[in-house]
Amino acid sequence: MKKINLAIALGATCAGCDVAILDLNEKILEVFDLVDFKFWPTAMDFKIDDLKNLKDGEVDVGIYHGSIRTTEDAEIAKILRKKSKVVVAFGACANFGGIPSLANMPYEKSMFDVVYKDVPSMDNPEGTVPQTSITIKGTELTLPGIRKDADALDAVIDIDYYVPGCPPMVPLIEQVVEVLKVFASTGQLPPKGTVIADTKTLCEECGRTKPEEISFKDFISPQEVQEIDPDLCLIPQGIICMGPATRAGCDALCTKMNVGCRGCLGPTDKVKDHGLKMISALTSLLDVDVEEDMSEEELHKVVDKIPDPLGTFYRFTYGKSLIYNLHSEEEIK
Amino acid sequence: MSKTTQETESQNPNPNIILFLCRWCSGKGADLAGTSRLQYPPNVLPIMVNCSSRIDPQHVVEAFLEGADGVLITGCNFGDCHYKTGNYKTFRRMSILSKLLKQVGVSPKRFRLTWISATEAAKFAKTVTAMVDELKKLPPYKINGKGGEEL
Repeated sequence: MKKINLAIALGATCAGCDVAILDLNEKILEVFDLVDFKFWPTAMDFKIDDLKNLKDGEVDVGIYHGSIRTTEDAEIAKILRKKSKVVVAFGACANFGGIPSLANMPYEKSMFDVVYKDVPSMDNPEGTVPQTSITIKGTELTLPGIRKDADALDAVIDIDYYVPGCPPMVPLIEQVVEVLKVFASTGQLPPKGTVIADTKTLCEECGRTKPEEISFKDFISPQEVQEIDPDLCLIPQGIICMGPATRAGCDALCTKMNVGCRGCLGPTDKVKDHGLKMISALTSLLDVDVEEDMSEEELHKVVDKIPDPLGTFYRFTYGKSLIYNLHSEEEIK
Repeated sequence: MSKTTQETESQNPNPNIILFLCRWCSGKGADLAGTSRLQYPPNVLPIMVNCSSRIDPQHVVEAFLEGADGVLITGCNFGDCHYKTGNYKTFRRMSILSKLLKQVGVSPKRFRLTWISATEAAKFAKTVTAMVDELKKLPPYKINGKGGEEL
């Protein structure tokens, strides 16, 4: 059996995706039998030139994780595309822009001013912000430029397969290994555009009991939780859980630990916009007792329990959502 | 008033507003405005649904994406809903949505929720006129270029 040439490149990422690959435990040995690493800077000694020096199409499977934040990220993605026969977007950042894409939210000030000048913990009296180049004693030092937006991988290159998750969980990576095994022995691959995860929603996979009629009285913030019924669905307990709109495949890791799903696997194929569907679902399940006697102000208080809908419902998917297309900087001025 | 000052005041002489009406109260109110021959601007495109709670946040977002300058949702007054609690659901859904729209940079003037009963034809005409007047002062809504240029 011929070994597969594998390259793992990265953009704006926390490298959690790399750790997730190592989390395969003993199964990682199978991976080493199966593949030849051509590029994996996080785990081995590789530099970008090692990737550049490969022949075009020499890499069989190129995995990219992280979003496209700097000009260098975009450049690496383009090189990876050129060198690889198949490119896999790995993790929520490469799939949907992930948490870095929340920085695309329009601000009155520029991102650098917010991060390098206005943050209370910042001590920067001279107002220095990162520059792309500076000359010190006649030597020019350079840094990659920051792009206006942090985008998902498919904003810059064509992608063949998607593996969502933050990071992709062991059962998903095992599926990827199975795909690689089939590829190595028969040369066959799934159809282009396949999402290597389940097609159902998390609720199908989550083992909690769902009552016949689901309703709740009040949104409960995580710090207000007093006691959680370990077997009952989280939504009737008032805990925000993105499960009903989120793709399954993670083995319900979070809900098993009494934590509401945050939606890192992104929407299922049938959901167009992850957050909007969840807003719609959760607000209709809310069943406030004495609604009829409440003033408008009191009604506002009920929904004010969600102070940051963008961060709550689009934690991982803002970069690829419908509302991202509404994005308007001119309006907030 | 000279013609030039008029033009600078109204940045968008013809705003497009998508108007969602519920069949039982606001729809009847709008009908009454028509039969009573109340004047209101022709900039609204009414879409009648059975209940205001039928309107998914996605409908509102897609209206903006398709080129609407504003979205107005009307429903029954609290306590009057034909389906008992539909308008409470609309209220909750749309107040979270309006917060979300504000976060992505859509001006709150572009998205409104009001309650209009079957007899409040005057209120209907007034609300529509006020919203159209306000949107005339704003530039046409355009989706800003996102994209990867360097800062």
